[in-house]
Amino acid sequence: MRVGVITFPGSLDDRDAQRAVKLGGGEPVALWHGDHDLKNVDAIVLPGGFSYGDYLRAGAIAAHSPIMSEVITAANAGMPVLGICNGFQILVESHLLPGGLVRNDHGDFVCRDQKLRVENVDTAWSNGFKEDEEIIIPLKNGEGGYIADQETLDRLEGEGQVVFRYLEVNPNGSANDIAGISNARGNVVGLMPHPEHATEPGFGPDTRAAMRSGTDGLTFFTSAISSLMANA
Amino acid sequence: MPIIVVEVMPKAEILDPQGKAVAGALVRLDKSEFSAVRIGKRFELTVEGPITDELLAEAREIANDLLANTVIEDVIYVGEARPADDAQGA
Repeated sequence: MRVGVITFPGSLDDRDAQRAVKLGGGEPVALWHGDHDLKNVDAIVLPGGFSYGDYLRAGAIAAHSPIMSEVITAANAGMPVLGICNGFQILVESHLLPGGLVRNDHGDFVCRDQKLRVENVDTAWSNGFKEDEEIIIPLKNGEGGYIADQETLDRLEGEGQVVFRYLEVNPNGSANDIAGISNARGNVVGLMPHPEHATEPGFGPDTRAAMRSGTDGLTFFTSAISSLMANA
Repeated sequence: MPIIVVEVMPKAEILDPQGKAVAGALVRLDKSEFSAVRIGKRFELTVEGPITDELLAEAREIANDLLANTVIEDVIYVGEARPADDAQGA
């Protein structure tokens, strides 16, 4: 399965996302923000970073990149799309996901291994998890506070579109401890924490078993890749 | 050259950590008569010719589509630079 990873000016984690795709059993395909070409990929990852230096608002200018018109068309046709951190910000700015992301309530950049609960295992990017599974993946952001109006929050909660929720600590003041959400169809998922940084033993969060051995993030990629292969 | 001004503010219910930090500094400067500060953005769009209704409509459109994210911000002004902008300078 070909999984495209889009590089925007200022993307940082595009290579990590490509590597995570590979570790998850897929073929990573580098995509460029300035092209109108998805190169026949089967799924798309919008990686973390600081596209356009977070100018205007995080993700705002990238949301209007040439390639985003193709991404929006593909997402609306059901292609799995995952937005990580800045990628999540780009998804809300392009209205593929509802709500918005604002500066952390405490005003500081936060970087930590974050515990999450997986609350919806029916999305393209979470179907390999168990219901209510608790996972730990790194989080690193300055503008990760998820907000939406009450009606949108009620809809997200009611329809099961809250996919990941912060446990123990709400690191950025997100409404309802929301770490990640999906669209109604479940093919588009965005979250602030970074699954691609927890995919390879030796480079992930610490676990009880061993230092840096956490690979909970790998399931995001195997979820999408294995369900694409099952449907191929 | 004429400019069209667009002003954007964070929505009232959204926490504005920048404004809060400035308000904290004012307290430390013994200026606590200013009890709250909120920080917004001002865009100045330069146009080649005179400011027409069409240009203003276009500016309103980009204000809502790009310059502001109406989920978290409000567009509070789109128009010509107001006289007060010049008269009340330092």
